[in-house]
Amino acid sequence: MDPAPEVGSLARTTILGSRRKPKPERLPGEARRIGYLYVAPAFLLYAAFNLVPLGQGINVSFYDWDGVTPGTWVGARNYTEFFTDPAITSGYVHVLQLMVFYSFLPIAIGLFLAAVLSRIRIRGLTFFRMLLFLPLVITDVATAVAWIWMYDVDGPIATALRAMGLGALVPDQGWLGDFTTALPAVGVFGMWGQFGFCLILFLAGVMKIPASLYEAARVDGANAVREFFAVTLPGLRYELQVVLVLTVIGTLGTFDEIYVLTGGGPGTATTVPAYLVWRRAFQVGEIGSAAALGIILMLIVFAVTFVLNKVMERGGEA
Amino acid sequence: MTASSRVQLFLNYLLIVLCSLIAIYPLIGVVLASLYPTGPGVAPSGFALPPTFQWENYATAWRDGEFAASFTTSLIVAVVMVPASVLLSVLGGYAFATMRFRGSKAIFYLFILGLIIPTEATIVPLFYDVRALGLIDTYWALIILETSGEMAFGIFWMRAAFLSAPPSLLEAARIDGARSWTTLWRIMVPFARPAILTLTVLTFADSWNEFFLALVFTINHMTAPAGLASFSGRFTTDVALVSAGAVIVAIPILIVFVVFQREFMRGMLTGAVKG
Repeated sequence: MDPAPEVGSLARTTILGSRRKPKPERLPGEARRIGYLYVAPAFLLYAAFNLVPLGQGINVSFYDWDGVTPGTWVGARNYTEFFTDPAITSGYVHVLQLMVFYSFLPIAIGLFLAAVLSRIRIRGLTFFRMLLFLPLVITDVATAVAWIWMYDVDGPIATALRAMGLGALVPDQGWLGDFTTALPAVGVFGMWGQFGFCLILFLAGVMKIPASLYEAARVDGANAVREFFAVTLPGLRYELQVVLVLTVIGTLGTFDEIYVLTGGGPGTATTVPAYLVWRRAFQVGEIGSAAALGIILMLIVFAVTFVLNKVMERGGEA
Repeated sequence: MTASSRVQLFLNYLLIVLCSLIAIYPLIGVVLASLYPTGPGVAPSGFALPPTFQWENYATAWRDGEFAASFTTSLIVAVVMVPASVLLSVLGGYAFATMRFRGSKAIFYLFILGLIIPTEATIVPLFYDVRALGLIDTYWALIILETSGEMAFGIFWMRAAFLSAPPSLLEAARIDGARSWTTLWRIMVPFARPAILTLTVLTFADSWNEFFLALVFTINHMTAPAGLASFSGRFTTDVALVSAGAVIVAIPILIVFVVFQREFMRGMLTGAVKG
């Protein structure tokens, strides 16, 4: 639901990702019409402020509307913009690039570390786990403020580079103010937020893989790499699927950090779809276009969730 | 312990410590930066301790960032929204887990759909709906929208929790002739307490961290993160003050996280893989 990969949304999206063997579901109780009464408050609230606006949004998306004067029906024009409007195209290109940082790199790092860390119990793991979770738990806006300072021309990264005689690498406007480095800089911020979560999730998963599987692999003379692909990776299938779905969906909805770190800039170097929706709806007054962008974003999230689940399912059976 | 496994253990610690340092360095750095003298001159570099510890930065940031107002909003919204959304989730989850009624499957899937409908898809019409209700820039706008936004996850979470109750629990209650309402409060809720606590903590975190809705719907009733964003926008050059503001906004969630660490982990880890 929420545009940023924050705590609840993390747990929240996960479920969609998991595809365990169908559980023998217990017959859900007796036939009782009183069930409607229990569900009604939640459903009415949910429908009124989620489902109904969704319908309204689809309707609005077919109009050219400034939010004040009556709108004009324009058919699918707001949707064909998706293919013709360079601002939208670049927003999606940016979000694809961010995905590398928000999803693939943290997963790769987490997998690598989970594999390298041997299965010896680490004392104080709870404490380290807490530290590793902090970037994700603390309010995005606050961590983003921390990273504005990190990326400043006088911030710690710049200071360290200068101390090493590499001052030439520091962009004049800082990393967030530079056209070529702003997007990767946002990406590194996201990577910092996700890698601890990936590591901990994978570490917990590795601990659950039966030791006998590792022993068997060793008896077969598997080296570390083979062991990783034969035992560790298959053992982490569910975790992998969950994290992939989560982080990819989270990236598609990226908003908070863009707003705080760069405001979509410099120029349009870091605009993303969610930011375009907000700008067009509440800054520029292109309501119809904003609504269509929101619907398109939703359809893409649906498609990605579906495809990822299918792919991971097939990968698991292979 | 053999020599090689000792080396292995040492490397394990080294890696974990290194990762933890990467995770917390920007956070520690911002705390140090928040104690530097404000204004031009001494710039916080991130490695050295500040020349003098300017604790008054926190008072200044609290005042100039108008955090009293945004904290009040975040607190009021959370105090109403968290119990409301947990209660509605418990009621709904209970019905989906223990009762059969026509259309219950379809309704449940509609809720599940909400897990992946992005806020961006509904935000535009929502703005006009909320305006029609006369709720722009009110606590109620945030309370209602956040609560409704939590329904999908809450229902899913509580249904799973109630489904994990042993059937014998329910049967015993039925044999006693207990009504569904009594069964819920006397038997199911006590059974599902850990899950309810986890849901409460996660919902609070969501509510405290809410930024997008506050940005769209409020002007004078900003949440703490929205207040921080606006403060950081107005005082870009004053690194020390803005850093103090960031620490102020992070503290409540930090406290909740440390106190309810187990619930957080359960929600985010086991909750992530279960299903």
